[in-house]
Amino acid sequence: MPSGPTQIDGGRVANALNRALPGIATTSTEEWVEVESSRLEEALRWLHDSEQFDAAQLSNLCAVDYHDHFTVVYHLQSFDLNQQIVLKVRVVDRDTPTVPSSYPVYKGALLQEREVFDLMGIHFEGHPDLRRLFLWDSFPGHPLRKDFLGIGEGLTSGLQRFPFENKEQPDRLLNRENIVEQGSQETPEGWSGVAST
Amino acid sequence: MTDRHSELPATPMARQIIARRSLLDAAKAAPVSLKVAGSIVLLGLLLVNALIGFIVVDGQLDGEWYDFRDLGYAMERLRIELDEVNLGPWLSYWVTGLIGGLGILSFIGGFLLIGSWIERRLLARFQVRMGPNRVGPFGLLQPIADALKLMQKEVLIPMGADRLLFFLPPVLVFVPAMLAWGPIPWAPGMSYLDINVGLLFVVSITSLSVLAIWMAGWSSNNHYALLGAMRTVAMMVSYEIPISLSLIVVVLITGSLNLGEIVAWQTDHNVWLAVLLPFSLFTFFFSSTAEINRTPNDIAEAESEIVAGFHTEYSGMKAGLFLAVELGNALFVGALVATFFLGGYGLFGLEQWIPPYVILAAKASFGYFVFIWLRSTLPRFRIDQLMTFAWKYLIPLSIANVLVVAVETSIAARWEVEAIFIYGSFAVVNVILTVIAVRTWARVAGYSSSFERPEPPRVAPMIGGLKAARRIKAGA
Amino acid sequence: MTTPTEPYVLNIGPQHPSTHGVFRIRVVMDGERIQDIDMIVGYLHRSMEKLAEERTYTQNIPFTDRADYLAAMSGNLGLCLAAERLARVEVPERASYLRVIFAELQRIASHAMANGTLVSDAGAWQTPLLYMFREREKILDLFEMTCGARLTTNYMRIGGVAFEPPPEFWPALLELVDELPERISEYEELLTQNEIFIARTRDIGVISPEDAINGSLVGPALRGSGVPWDLRKAEPYCIYDRMEFDVPIGRNGDVYDRFMVRLAETRESVKIIRQAVENIPDGSHKTDIPLALRPAPGEVYGRVEGPRGELGFYLVSDGGPAPYRFHIRAPSLINLSLLRELARGASLSDAVVTLGSIDIVVGEIDR
Repeated sequence: MPSGPTQIDGGRVANALNRALPGIATTSTEEWVEVESSRLEEALRWLHDSEQFDAAQLSNLCAVDYHDHFTVVYHLQSFDLNQQIVLKVRVVDRDTPTVPSSYPVYKGALLQEREVFDLMGIHFEGHPDLRRLFLWDSFPGHPLRKDFLGIGEGLTSGLQRFPFENKEQPDRLLNRENIVEQGSQETPEGWSGVAST
Repeated sequence: MTDRHSELPATPMARQIIARRSLLDAAKAAPVSLKVAGSIVLLGLLLVNALIGFIVVDGQLDGEWYDFRDLGYAMERLRIELDEVNLGPWLSYWVTGLIGGLGILSFIGGFLLIGSWIERRLLARFQVRMGPNRVGPFGLLQPIADALKLMQKEVLIPMGADRLLFFLPPVLVFVPAMLAWGPIPWAPGMSYLDINVGLLFVVSITSLSVLAIWMAGWSSNNHYALLGAMRTVAMMVSYEIPISLSLIVVVLITGSLNLGEIVAWQTDHNVWLAVLLPFSLFTFFFSSTAEINRTPNDIAEAESEIVAGFHTEYSGMKAGLFLAVELGNALFVGALVATFFLGGYGLFGLEQWIPPYVILAAKASFGYFVFIWLRSTLPRFRIDQLMTFAWKYLIPLSIANVLVVAVETSIAARWEVEAIFIYGSFAVVNVILTVIAVRTWARVAGYSSSFERPEPPRVAPMIGGLKAARRIKAGA
Repeated sequence: MTTPTEPYVLNIGPQHPSTHGVFRIRVVMDGERIQDIDMIVGYLHRSMEKLAEERTYTQNIPFTDRADYLAAMSGNLGLCLAAERLARVEVPERASYLRVIFAELQRIASHAMANGTLVSDAGAWQTPLLYMFREREKILDLFEMTCGARLTTNYMRIGGVAFEPPPEFWPALLELVDELPERISEYEELLTQNEIFIARTRDIGVISPEDAINGSLVGPALRGSGVPWDLRKAEPYCIYDRMEFDVPIGRNGDVYDRFMVRLAETRESVKIIRQAVENIPDGSHKTDIPLALRPAPGEVYGRVEGPRGELGFYLVSDGGPAPYRFHIRAPSLINLSLLRELARGASLSDAVVTLGSIDIVVGEIDR
């Protein structure tokens, strides 16, 4: 079920994209279409210029960390046709994740890409001014990553069980199921924080 | 209002504010004995005033040293007595000078104590709020609290600041503010500095504060202060010219630079120069707001942009002096406007009954009230808009004004008709000429009526993006 | 023979009377003209998105209060709509009407603040701001009456609203709604024909519609440039499709137009509130949901038309009680993308006024 009332079928978008630029769309579902990361700018430009989709504005640009890869999500909005396209790009390389920047197509990506770089560490090639946005320049690591060691005790973020959900067995341990083995995560350079225990 | 609010669960703060009574409520709730005593005191005051009026009408006060309507008689008497003491001719000069200086200082000091309260309270009432009402009855001790607070603050000097140049400006800005009060005539014989070039003295002494403000901005070693100082210098220097030009016409009509004689001319002819010279009044008033850095021309200390302009780095009593001088200058310009354009101490003959300095004080206070009114209502101009206005609008029109008034003055000197006829016709002609000149010059300099009536937003008939926007724009 | 000049750096720092919060701009200036600006944000970064991954959806609602603290109701509404879409929760009709009433009240309060601070930046010593605050105080009193807080309301819940408004809410609301239109006319009279205000805001900070759309501008700033886009009409949520209201758009895209659009929108909000109060049905004010709502794995991008524009929430669920990814699409941050081009070549006064007209809230920028 499409999660937005004006979201169009990802399959339709994928078909149109593959007809125009063969091989560009890798997968698609009812909700989104996934595009090859190296040809992202081409896809965005085609969607922006096409009469059928008219993706005039980049509504939202954000990234999600799925433990083994990143996904950068683009929500493209067409005003005149009143429809929304969800585009995704998968980034597999976790050490130096790179994605072409969408700034040449959408000027509104300027600050959003800086935010993704700051909090997730994904490089955007072609961005005129890729610096950290919220955190200071020498901040170690990228906080929104799932393996960022800010929580302490080797835990990652996430919630398996709300503490008082089961009245018979109340527990205060929030995410014991998410424990990662000690020593299996790398400490970023220069990190002298809590999580080394 | 209280009924509506008692239905809503008011917050403790709101309840406290509602519970605090105003002066009128306090007066209504006073016990009967207090009201009776108050009425007796008021009646007594009326009787005393009537008695004084009787004596005045009877002529028993005229010229005597105890004529409280004109303290110049007392000073004259004092000078004569001191000259007879035979200690030298300079004793009377020094003593009367000292008394004059102390007089100005006490007057300004007294005004500053109450002026700060008036300004904050009035500004607050314009802004639908109360103003200071906690320190003392109705907040009257607020200025004293402010002064004490400022005096006990740590003396902070920014690190790269030039020490001597940092200390001087508060003093250098206060001295001209005090000195310029000299020539203003409070009564026919009563001005601290009755000099023949009073007007010139006033204009030149007020120009000295430009230097002080510039020093303040430069020595602070702060970009905000420098910006503020630059803006101030540009603005104050530019607006000196319209001020001088608008005062030249006053000199032309009254024939003298002596402020006492200017006021005497107005009382003799029973006309206020504001009626004869409306354009000069406006120019003088507006240019003075630029001179003393008040809204709408307070770009030099535009709080929303450059924090506090030239006095950003000043704290404690130094800043207090700057703020005090701003207040004092506002009253001073009010007094100047009263002297030049509103008849000074004269009120069409009433100055025989009411002490003239009270009349002048009332007019100056009215000018000060207009300044506060402007401050609370109008946004401020940008610096380039200010400059444009001075150089492209005010100066050419002021020059034309001088020409017109010069012509009128020579007509008045040669035409053998009743004074009221001459000056009445001048007033009418001046008003008409002002309106015509201002409108035509505005059109010439690029003003159009679309500036003051911009179109309101339109309602979107459809929802869409760029195509819809273009369609709406084309369709409308 | 010219004196050599060089540009200097002015730091309109985090503490400043007019930066609408802790927002820092480093301005390189040549005299009075701006050559370049650099916006430095992050002074209010509270890592909301990371913290939200450890809290249930209901526990995340107070985060949205504090993100855009001047439009708390809209933030709450956005998150609740997104979560409801994700978890497929039905909302009773009365709750929808209540949501619309409070969202529109919040819009009036927020626009009062935005317009008031804009005029204060232009120099009128807080007088119009305090006049507009009269109504805002009454609105905040209404909020306090209903949910106990004036600013960080935390009122919407997944499945409805938190509390039923008390009986004294309705007469107070009707009184406010009756007196608002003439107050708005008063503000229009005071300001829109004021020559100084027009001189300060006309043809300043002009954004063309093409630049606006490409720069991801949303909200009254976009509508001020003439683009007729409003999420309440385009993608109606709650019961906006039953409400009759207009969408005002500007002509030039300058500061004056954005100001006027906001003023006109307050009028429309009053219309909406009146219609909602007349037609509100009886019923419950929320549906019951489990303590730790576990939506099916999936994602959603839910958005509302907040006072600053499209406030969107991108939620990814992995089947657990907490969201796997919680992203707030902050209109204030994205509307700032165009500020650099707008400020280049302008004078400092104009840049300050332009920033005021874009209407930022730093809590939303930094999250």
